[in-house]
Amino acid sequence: MKEISIFDVIGPTMIGPSSSHTAGALRIALLAGKLVRGRIVRADFTLYGSFAQTYKGHGTDRALVAGVLGFSTDDPRIRDSFSHAEQAGLAYSFTIGGLGRDLHPNTVDITLQSDTGQSVSVRGVSTGGGSCLIERIDGVAVSLSGDYNTLLIRQQDTPGVVAYITGVLSDYGINIAFMRMYRETKGQTAYTIIEVDGGLSDAIVPRIEGHPAIDSALLIQI
Amino acid sequence: MDFTTGADLLSLCEENGWTIAQVMLQRETEQTGVSREAVRSRLDGVYGVMWRAVRTALTEPLRSMGGLIGGEAQKMQARRQQTRPACGETTAKAVCYAMGVLEVNASMGLIVAAPTAGSSGVIPGVFLALQEEFGFSDGEMTDALLCAGAVGYLITRNATVAGAEGGCQAEVGTAAAMAAAAATQLLGGTPQACLAAAALALGNLLGLVCDPVAGLVEAPCQTRNAIGASNALISAEIALSGISSLIPFDEMVEAMRKVGASLPSSLRETAQGGCAATPTGCALCKKIYESRDA
Repeated sequence: MKEISIFDVIGPTMIGPSSSHTAGALRIALLAGKLVRGRIVRADFTLYGSFAQTYKGHGTDRALVAGVLGFSTDDPRIRDSFSHAEQAGLAYSFTIGGLGRDLHPNTVDITLQSDTGQSVSVRGVSTGGGSCLIERIDGVAVSLSGDYNTLLIRQQDTPGVVAYITGVLSDYGINIAFMRMYRETKGQTAYTIIEVDGGLSDAIVPRIEGHPAIDSALLIQI
Repeated sequence: MDFTTGADLLSLCEENGWTIAQVMLQRETEQTGVSREAVRSRLDGVYGVMWRAVRTALTEPLRSMGGLIGGEAQKMQARRQQTRPACGETTAKAVCYAMGVLEVNASMGLIVAAPTAGSSGVIPGVFLALQEEFGFSDGEMTDALLCAGAVGYLITRNATVAGAEGGCQAEVGTAAAMAAAAATQLLGGTPQACLAAAALALGNLLGLVCDPVAGLVEAPCQTRNAIGASNALISAEIALSGISSLIPFDEMVEAMRKVGASLPSSLRETAQGGCAATPTGCALCKKIYESRDA
């Protein structure tokens, strides 16, 4: 838990009307957009709970599209994000997923496709005050907040991978704040989420991807 | 330097002979490693966003996303310019500006959540009205933001500022407490008087429910911000007269937390009670969503 700063209390500076339904929603989509390489050409959103009930009045739909476009939470273009999406060649759709009684009240599922043919599906929740959490990536339960600079690694669940990753981080002198692993089934696809103090250099990505059991490494810095 | 209660904060003020703003600035630099100059400069930027939101509300036609509010600040401005306000010039200005910021927020404009988007009008309303009426320097306004931040930090840490957890008392109540302390500091009050004003402001709104019509940050949020702003000025005036709060600040924060926890969920931002559940509130809700689905 980070210490509370004055800018958490008098801030964030954001486009209204709601820190959870506008700023937090944008942040989920922004994080999701960092999980695919290439230009995103299609975004499909399914809204649950309070998001499903009040999304239009809170501009949640515009904020989600703005997040995929990479806008920040204080960008005045959020209001007109639909026309910016059209200009950028981004197609989008919204589906009402119902009350989602078992889910957090502000939940959205997002599926993104990029021009490289990659796609990713995530579930995000807006946890209040503009903060958010990615809870699921391609069906695997994870926890990703974006509060720290993050390295997201997709790998095969085989021995030796984590030792290799930490070895590379050590070579680059990176201090790990938090490190967690997630998998659904033994031996299948797994994710390693590493949150670090300080910055992450792009050069680390090809080094990590050099291991045969690692599918991809992505830097998430927002 | 750190503090976790109002009592700690007052001790630090006394030991060092500092204002609340000075203690808060020291804490911020130590906790984040950012220089004093950088913190002050970022706060100036924050104040600039508040100032521009008020100007936007007074000069541009605004219509909220849900269509429940829009144009109120300009109406209040027009009346204030034509006649003597019922609640005095400073309060009338603070109320008008606070309501204007809520219009900007509800029309997807740029605001500062202080502490939340739903209560984003209170601090700009009080601050701009006081600066215009009393001629405070920008540096004094930055100090006032630091003072407000100290109060907001303590309430965030020891209770809640989320309407979904504590009702409107946690949002507008906190904003009013922050603005009350800041106004007291601006007008020459001691650190003790600042926290007395904050305790009074919080106590005056204890129990206030969060009941947005159609679930939108529009009504009654806008006029609740007006009440928050006037409550801040009234509480500062009481504290500056040398009148303390019977219940100390820390105990008032704890009382607010407990009242919030005992509010039913229907009165905590779910749009199931209060104004939202009145026949008119329900009819407006139906109208907004039916017209959008069509």
